[in-house]
Amino acid sequence: MNHEAGSKFIDDVSIVLCGEAGQGIQTVEHLMTQTLKLSGYNVFSTQEYMSRIRGGNNSTSIRISSKKVSAPVNRMDILIPFGEGAVKHVSKRISPDTLIIGEEKVFKDEYDGSNSIDVPISQIAAEVGGPIFANTVASALMLRLFDVDIELFNDYLKKRFSGKDESIVQKNINAAKRGYDLSDELLKNGRIKVLIQHDPLVKKEIIMDGVEALTMGAIAGGCDFISFYPMSPSTGIATYLAQHAKEFGIVVEQAEDEISAMNMVVGAWYGGARALASTAGGGFALMVEAVSLAGMLESPAVIHIGQRPAPATGLPTRTEQGDLFFAIYSGHGEFPRAILAPGTIEDAFYLTQHAFNLADKYQIPVFILTDQYLLESHYNINGLDPYRIKPERYIIETDVDYKRYKLTQNGISPRGVPGYGKGLVVVDSDEHDEEGHITEDMNVRTNMVNKRLKKLELVSQEAIPPELIGNQDYKTLVVAWGSNYSVIREAMGNLGRDDLAFLHFKQVYPIHLSTTDYLKKAEKTIIIENNATSQFANLIKLQTGISIDRKILKYNGLPFFVEEIEAELND
Amino acid sequence: MDKKTFDMENIDIAWCPGCGNYSILTMIKRALTELEIDPTQLAMVSGIGQAAKAPHYFKCNLFNGLHGRSLPAATAIKAVNPNLTVIAESGDGCTYGEGGNHFIHAIRRNPNITNIVHNNMVYGLTKGQASPTSPHELKTPVQTEGVFAEPFNPLSVAISLDASFVARAFAGDIEQTKEILKKAILHKGYALVDIFQQCVTYNKINTFRWFKDNTYYLDDSYDLHDRIEAFKKATETGKYPLGILYINPKPTFEDKLSVYSESKEPLFKRERDMGKLTELIESRSGF
Repeated sequence: MNHEAGSKFIDDVSIVLCGEAGQGIQTVEHLMTQTLKLSGYNVFSTQEYMSRIRGGNNSTSIRISSKKVSAPVNRMDILIPFGEGAVKHVSKRISPDTLIIGEEKVFKDEYDGSNSIDVPISQIAAEVGGPIFANTVASALMLRLFDVDIELFNDYLKKRFSGKDESIVQKNINAAKRGYDLSDELLKNGRIKVLIQHDPLVKKEIIMDGVEALTMGAIAGGCDFISFYPMSPSTGIATYLAQHAKEFGIVVEQAEDEISAMNMVVGAWYGGARALASTAGGGFALMVEAVSLAGMLESPAVIHIGQRPAPATGLPTRTEQGDLFFAIYSGHGEFPRAILAPGTIEDAFYLTQHAFNLADKYQIPVFILTDQYLLESHYNINGLDPYRIKPERYIIETDVDYKRYKLTQNGISPRGVPGYGKGLVVVDSDEHDEEGHITEDMNVRTNMVNKRLKKLELVSQEAIPPELIGNQDYKTLVVAWGSNYSVIREAMGNLGRDDLAFLHFKQVYPIHLSTTDYLKKAEKTIIIENNATSQFANLIKLQTGISIDRKILKYNGLPFFVEEIEAELND
Repeated sequence: MDKKTFDMENIDIAWCPGCGNYSILTMIKRALTELEIDPTQLAMVSGIGQAAKAPHYFKCNLFNGLHGRSLPAATAIKAVNPNLTVIAESGDGCTYGEGGNHFIHAIRRNPNITNIVHNNMVYGLTKGQASPTSPHELKTPVQTEGVFAEPFNPLSVAISLDASFVARAFAGDIEQTKEILKKAILHKGYALVDIFQQCVTYNKINTFRWFKDNTYYLDDSYDLHDRIEAFKKATETGKYPLGILYINPKPTFEDKLSVYSESKEPLFKRERDMGKLTELIESRSGF
């Protein structure tokens, strides 16, 4: 294939940046997605990286598209290698159409194709002021292809490097200019042609990743306490809350371990706060005793689990949907809970906000299951409205004969907090009487178990229904949960088959009562999950008695790509 | 305040006759009454064990949580409502064994709470196994040849962590212990009161008599603020010193929380500023 005639990119381009940890790939990702979005382009980016601070090979995939995109593709239209080993790292994704733009010296031993352009990035960086400016040169080169206004880029650089030496800002601006000049040549001689629509309305949209959306959802939900122990991929939530703690009045405490963190969360709810626990599977393993405590105390709790491949330490920086059953069965004994699983950035916000109301209303633990992929993917969305879900407060002022576990018709006892009212609030991890005091009376025990479990019926009635996408008269129903929403949606859109429909669950436990009807209507059902044992299919079987016919599972640590789903569904 | 303020009627107490817990319960109630603490403004936090049942036997708000986990819960309760008097009360196994890591980090964090530890050097509720503070000589159905592990010394650990308030008391001395408890409750910061206590059922070595014979009170010349001296006292062999060993005034955990820089109002009374959140969300349209 003769590529000298030029590479043309129409409507959707996938750019992959690949380099060592510590080389600033994330900085370039941030810079590009922000400025492209501000120029009116729809963007999506996601990362895959190794569990190390320096070295290795990491990559970020950025899609720039004429229409909204929120899922990764395997296809690489442009690859920018930032060092040796980069091309090799993503070699499986290189096709004859993949254009490599970079310094030939870093990829000549790893690439034998002809579709590459040698650009003297490090030479220019050296001329501008040193190797540190290479990222700015490379970014400028890319942004020019999309006709991003250099003034916009300069503004970004000024903001990014504000507080630094004036000469640093100037050198970055010089580096940007040189990158633009380099790109001008490529465009002028017709080597590259980019035809992506941009939309002025996108300029005003917001762009964020799952971490930010989930954390803002927690703030909207009234979260005023978090205790955590750092663990990928969940740490960003506590970090973000810490950075906004003062502004919103939030207590953020890094605990000695997850055992302490979860006990603090239950303690904080007892004291009247709205507390969040945020961790990954391994950290959650240490929390489960206190999840059971929340079950017994009838304490609300909101628990976010950012899933990653396990068992044990697994693949610390990769993605998986492997902790669904763990969350459902976590904690000894029988008690109600609800499990939510965001499919989009918007879901991450609204479901987290909703989780605080749900936990408070029914006095149960509510889980939010995300994964590394959703937490660390960015894309532009219209906006988020913190007023859409009303804050619901259920704390009552106690009177003198207050009983924390008063037996009521629906199993919910009004929740008082210490120091608010004339009553005393007694909670106990032992079986307890209505006052909350320890008891071994078997009748009381039976009544209390019934009281706690009654709440599950109410939670079930209030479950979020699954969303059906596609033809209502489907023959084959594709079922998925959580973060696979967008990738399946895009793949099904591309396939355009009217025998297919997609049923997506953002509440996975308890599932909505309509599920059975949706499944019965299908001639064939297919589950798509990022795990090895199709946990959600098993859960559906448990809750509806219906077996899923076919399973499409991926568990190598990476999310599904759009093309993979298309190929599997056409199989 | 009415001396009966904290009394509860018709309660079935689960302790053995002659247990040291009874006198500790009396002392705590007296200390609270003399300090005129309103039961509705008091949050007791306990773990699991015979000692951890104590707050079920007097009027208070109570969070009776998990074994070993009273300190994280107590820290959080105080952090979200600093107007409450928060006391964590449990035994030696709960606090120093199962909760050992929390003990260390609660001291480092320095919340303004009191930590009362019933220390009878044996496990009661699980029927007589060694506790972290058991002496080598104690033979049990499990530690059949005596306890091999070195006894845990809570006072020296606390002092080495530069704890804010460290005291040891004895359940047999009601007046003295009550006074120590009052000082601990009034102290601003984490206050440890380790109370020696007999177990009439499972510990035939550290008996009431043994504690009487093997303890003495620090006298008035003792400097409460001398950390090195306190460490020496805490590690003394032979007779064990009773009284306050160390006081180290320093800022508390809640003092340092930005949520209380302008108002001391408990968190549950506050409204979230949605306008500010809207601004934050909208700021994500630019850089």
